[in-house]
Amino acid sequence: MQLSPDDVRDVLRVLDSSGLAELHLETAELTLTLRREGAAGWTAEQQVLRTPVVESESGANRPSEEAPPTASEVGEGLVAVRPPLLGTFYRAPQPGAPPFVDVGDAVDEETVVGIVETMKMMTPVHAGVRGTVVEFRTGNGEFAQDDAVLCVVRPA
Amino acid sequence: MTRRIHRLLIANRGEIAARVTRTCERLGIESVLAASDADLDSLPARLADRVVRLGPAAAAQSYLDPAAVVRAAVAVGADAVHPGYGFLSENPALAQGCADAGLVFVGPSVDSLHAVGDKLTARRHALAAGLPVVPGGEAGDLAAAQAVAAEVGYPLLVKAVGGGGGRGMKRVRSAGELAHTLDLAGSEAAAAFGDPRVYLERYVESGRHVEVQVLGDGTSAVALGDRDCSVQRRYQKLFEEAPAPLIPDRVRAEMADAALALAVHLGYRGLGTVELLYDRERQSFYFLEMNARIQVEHPVTEAVTGLDLVAEQLAVAEGLPLRLRQEDVVLTGHAVECRINAEDARADFRPSPGRIERVVLPAGDGIRVDTHVQGGSVVPPFYDSLLAKLIVHGADRADALARARAALELLRIDGVTTTVRVHQALLADPEFAAGGVDTQFFERFLTRDLAVAS
Repeated sequence: MQLSPDDVRDVLRVLDSSGLAELHLETAELTLTLRREGAAGWTAEQQVLRTPVVESESGANRPSEEAPPTASEVGEGLVAVRPPLLGTFYRAPQPGAPPFVDVGDAVDEETVVGIVETMKMMTPVHAGVRGTVVEFRTGNGEFAQDDAVLCVVRPA
Repeated sequence: MTRRIHRLLIANRGEIAARVTRTCERLGIESVLAASDADLDSLPARLADRVVRLGPAAAAQSYLDPAAVVRAAVAVGADAVHPGYGFLSENPALAQGCADAGLVFVGPSVDSLHAVGDKLTARRHALAAGLPVVPGGEAGDLAAAQAVAAEVGYPLLVKAVGGGGGRGMKRVRSAGELAHTLDLAGSEAAAAFGDPRVYLERYVESGRHVEVQVLGDGTSAVALGDRDCSVQRRYQKLFEEAPAPLIPDRVRAEMADAALALAVHLGYRGLGTVELLYDRERQSFYFLEMNARIQVEHPVTEAVTGLDLVAEQLAVAEGLPLRLRQEDVVLTGHAVECRINAEDARADFRPSPGRIERVVLPAGDGIRVDTHVQGGSVVPPFYDSLLAKLIVHGADRADALARARAALELLRIDGVTTTVRVHQALLADPEFAAGGVDTQFFERFLTRDLAVAS
């Protein structure tokens, strides 16, 4: 069961003429609090408590191979490049294109080493340090938490 | 042939998934949500009668996999699939997959999807149906492009045939830039859309994005009014309204007629939107593209028409003839929609995924909020940033805007950064309040007003 906007509106019409300032409704599946906010109108705070009824497996796509957790530590004297925000890491500007940088390449603070896609938005990842790329820890198309190590640079 | 829908698989997520469950509940249709691993505990999953696992969080392996959707529908014994918007909603492979499996696809025919999915084909159909198109043409090679450019003049746009929704467009200011931009656009289009073909169009300096909602049953069609979606940032809409303000009655009627002509020409069955570019100076319009799905901004049309567009969409998908005639379509008042996104406008609209702590929504006459979050919801980083849509219906535009300002004051989504403040600043802007801004307006507004607001 869910409350439609029409249901809520009907309840508010009753409340409006009642002089009540707040109504709290609780059922097995949801809670709803309606509050009068002075002359500004009413607010609704709803919580659907119902647990989703998930069908058993139906041959859905299996989870992709869990990538081994990438170590967040890097060796002494090395610098980890981390994503500006969590998201899917891409090493090339578009599918099929050569990577921005590869192991052995020289980078400086502004060099773009990859792109992170978060909620359909692309954010470039800058090396942030001058040096040489010695390792990639996150592969192309892999999801990176915000503390993940994307690649490792040996500072010049 | 008609076929009743008893159990509907919703192959989407977010607010539109929640929206479709509502119509299902009202119509007594059993709703089954096909959810990725990231969405198994979402609000839409709690609202749907049942949930079936579609695949991993990555959209490519779940919401973008036609075979996975068809498998899920068959597994739960659904008789129809609602694709929502985005994802596979306009993908002929899903429509075909549904047909092959004996499922009703809640959308247009495979032929219609092909006809409007390819921008050049869509343009040819529009021309055949008698619609005005932006001056331009195909650019098979540099010589052809130069010939077209000589006709339409500069500046012009290079557009990807496989693009759409603002993706795959490049501006060319002068003849000297043409060859280079053509090369670049071609290779980018190949990578992004799997189709290197591009075409040229005149660049309209001051255009508004106006669109007409149509509904067809394969034989006849009705126009359900227009919308204005000119408030955009990087071709992403932020605010929409119906009807489009400040359009002469004669032009508005011509736009509706044009949209109907295209729908009838295509033998269109389903809900669709004919996007037009409205030239403010010439008070004329051009066909841009047709969207063969329900749109994010459909609630403003529902507000002014009093219709449930999902219900109408399901009816024509069942094979029923249109239940309303053009003269039954009566528009009342004015409606606006604010898209509340999980983005930080002060950090260049940087996405803000995370856990929602609390959601308090305005309620009352003329106010509707379509959302997929409540206290405790997680906004995953894998999908788009739309959290909620605030839809406000007023007696006229000024009334709708005033009520929307009041409603925004009451709306609270805590835990992530949202674009509520952007809408508050937008609704306080005099140029916007006057109505009829063009698609360049919002970027100007951002550099001007938001600096003051933040």
